[in-house]
Amino acid sequence: MPNILVVEDSPTMRQLIGFAMKRIPQSRIIEATDGVDALKKLSSETIDIILADINMPVMDGLKLVSLVRGNASYKNIPIIMITTEGAEEDKKKALAIGANAYLTKPVQTQELIRLVSSFIS
Amino acid sequence: MEKESSISKKADEFLQIFKKGEEFTKELIKENERLRFRIAQLEETVDKSGNEEKVKLYEDRIRIIEEELNSLLERYRKVEEENKDFASKYVEVEAENNNLANLYVASYQLHSTLDFNEVLRIVLEIIINLIGAEKFAIFLMDDKMNELLPVASEGLTHYAMPKVKMGEGIIGTVAREGESYFSENITYTSNVDAVKPIVCIPLKIKEHVIGVISIYSLFVQKTSFSNIDYELFNLLAGHAATAIFSSKLYTQSERKLTTIQSFLDLLKEKPKR
Repeated sequence: MPNILVVEDSPTMRQLIGFAMKRIPQSRIIEATDGVDALKKLSSETIDIILADINMPVMDGLKLVSLVRGNASYKNIPIIMITTEGAEEDKKKALAIGANAYLTKPVQTQELIRLVSSFIS
Repeated sequence: MEKESSISKKADEFLQIFKKGEEFTKELIKENERLRFRIAQLEETVDKSGNEEKVKLYEDRIRIIEEELNSLLERYRKVEEENKDFASKYVEVEAENNNLANLYVASYQLHSTLDFNEVLRIVLEIIINLIGAEKFAIFLMDDKMNELLPVASEGLTHYAMPKVKMGEGIIGTVAREGESYFSENITYTSNVDAVKPIVCIPLKIKEHVIGVISIYSLFVQKTSFSNIDYELFNLLAGHAATAIFSSKLYTQSERKLTTIQSFLDLLKEKPKR
């Protein structure tokens, strides 16, 4: 049963991603509204994959990725960035600090499902 | 003498018998050869006729198998075509399912609150996350002044945005006519003109326009509109309008209720003094 942590400040996006992830058999969605909230959820739950936005209040997605990669307990969790930033340098930056994949908004649901499935299968 | 001639006669007779026997043997050998030859001929004929029948039988079998193979190939081709049709229909259904999920989420979120500012925030979220707009603004109609006032925006400062008179420019025309506007050129640009949107959607409750959504630029990665975008524009035109309108009325009535309540509290307090 894969536990998917969705880190998004937008309730609309959280609900939309949650809907999409229902297609992944037996998946469980854990929601976090920002990076700090995500770290709390990481300490209390066993997470199989993280889907994170970049632009968020309190702690952004890039900071969250670097903290996760620096932590021995979480460093191997796959991270997919889902963001409005479509420029190539933003993508390179996210991948350089440890994100496994990078999707731009508006997200194509099929692509998101395919990508998440490839990491958790 | 007589005895000698008798012996000679017997010898002749024996020789005659022997010659006859020789001739008979020769004839028998000849006949035997002829019969052997005939047997060989008949055997050959029998063999030949057997092979032809076998060849004919095999040819028939091959023809039947070929026909079956062709029939199977034809059926396989048909099944493959059907399979392709199903696969393409599955992809269509999946896409439609995803689109419906998007519309459901947008609609659910729009009607999830009666707080005016919260509704505006949700409309902004939908336009950013589901449509992929970078710079846009929401204008609401001021019926007294007959003009559109910017109330929320993304990527722009709405306080600095102009008010738009009804019927003026693209935004004013969309508000007056109640028909959406889509520019032919939606390529990404960082410089935008506040009165020249690339998309302008009227916010309508039935035929009454209460405002417009004016989009000036899309994200770099968003290069064209898909069917779901137009569905979302339609949804926003109706559902965002009712959500904005009802939350505005609710906020106003809440404010009035608070004022009345304050008055009542004041009136209740006076006799005590």
